[in-house]
Amino acid sequence: MIHVILPQHLRTLARVGSEVTLEVEGPVTQRSVLNALEARYPMLCGTIRDQVTQQRRPFLRFFACEQDLSHEPPDAPLPDSVVSGAEPLIVLGAIAGG
Amino acid sequence: MSNVRVLVGTRKGAFILTADGKREKWNVSGPHFAGWEMYHVKGSPADPNRLYASQSSGWFGQLIQRSDDGGKTWHQPGTPPGELPAPGPPKGTSNKFVYDVSAETGKPLTTHQFYDGTQHPWEFKRVWHLEPSLTDPNTVYAGVEDAALFRSTDGGENWQELSGLRGHGTGPMWQPGAGGMCLHTIILDPSNPDRIFIAISAAGAFRTDDGGKTWTPINRGLYSKYIPNPTAEVGHCVHHVAMNPLRPGVLFMQKHWDVMRSDNAGDSWQEISGNLPTDFGFVIDVHAHEPETIYVVPIKSDSEHFVPDGKLRVFRSRTGGNEWEPLTKGLPQSNCYVNVLRDAMAVDSLDRCGVYFGTSGGQVYASADAGDSWAPIVRDLPAVLSVEVQTLDSEKSTHGG
Repeated sequence: MIHVILPQHLRTLARVGSEVTLEVEGPVTQRSVLNALEARYPMLCGTIRDQVTQQRRPFLRFFACEQDLSHEPPDAPLPDSVVSGAEPLIVLGAIAGG
Repeated sequence: MSNVRVLVGTRKGAFILTADGKREKWNVSGPHFAGWEMYHVKGSPADPNRLYASQSSGWFGQLIQRSDDGGKTWHQPGTPPGELPAPGPPKGTSNKFVYDVSAETGKPLTTHQFYDGTQHPWEFKRVWHLEPSLTDPNTVYAGVEDAALFRSTDGGENWQELSGLRGHGTGPMWQPGAGGMCLHTIILDPSNPDRIFIAISAAGAFRTDDGGKTWTPINRGLYSKYIPNPTAEVGHCVHHVAMNPLRPGVLFMQKHWDVMRSDNAGDSWQEISGNLPTDFGFVIDVHAHEPETIYVVPIKSDSEHFVPDGKLRVFRSRTGGNEWEPLTKGLPQSNCYVNVLRDAMAVDSLDRCGVYFGTSGGQVYASADAGDSWAPIVRDLPAVLSVEVQTLDSEKSTHGG
């Protein structure tokens, strides 16, 4: 099972706690995790990546295992400890005021 | 007994203010969608319990919210209210606004003018204004930035662009105003279902007479000295347009500078700024029962977005313009430096017409006597982006504001 930690506003939208657990089929990548997240919580469609271009929203970052994965290719495998469920994939809002 | 429901969008959430017909004691509900920018909240004239809201964020993009019970509960259209959806492919497309670039239905406009005059690709940013149909609760129009008009006929689940507007051919001459290149005004003609008026900053006003297939710029008579050709067909920074449904051919406009009126559905405009202390401003609205009574809130200038002389004054004309009187009773008359944005004024349709407006300082003021006197409903909300009002008569709305 893959663990994903969402920022506060997306937890409210999806009506979940700080962490969600997802079953991901096939290779565990940013894309497959986000596909599974949006399938389970369709209210999040378009909030993390653009509905049309599938590009990560510019003010969001992806962290895991103390690494910034934001600029990794969406189909690159996520770290083993994320795949095993030992570590979460963290979706984080950039600190930009407001 | 009639009630009123005031729908307030702010920089950090939405609020719903309700009162009976006396409009003296108010109940405040909110913040709904706390922390999000709520550009606009508006109710369906055909079903007053059906509300639509534009929710957006620089981090998470655009969302559409819908209420089917007058604002008690909300859900994203297509997502069941109050429960998680069944597993399966995502159905959440209520926030999917895709510009039409097909050769068949929309001429593939790819650029508009940017601030520096260069051409810039069209990029969706947010929904500024939601205008529910006058007759069908499931049909709603959305005015978006970068400027385009979308329509949903399934309660906001899916959106299609009315691409004839951008396909009009003048798109490369449209340019953003200070707030972005937004389509902020949508007026549906109650006497002609095929006629819609819209306005864009900074392109101008447009009208369709065939349900949105084709559009005509309606800017003759506008004079804007901040564009190369002050009388150009497009390029004018129209801030807001208002219409009294009793006289759909008469339009009132607050332009960047200048207050204007048209008596021929926008075919031509005349200036009616008259004795206003400044004719810059954003809001304009019309009395519900007196079509020649109009309201504006003059703002000092385009570089000083606050009221002049530290005085918050609504100006009312009972003569359709040119002759204006300041309305000050109950409004701060010293050390006040707030702004009132373009969608932040509305009128109810009670016998004694109520007028409402919200400020950048978080106050929402109400007048239950057509502007003669004012009182704050709330004083300390986040900056107000929009104000709409529903007049509810025996569980039914009669006017959408």
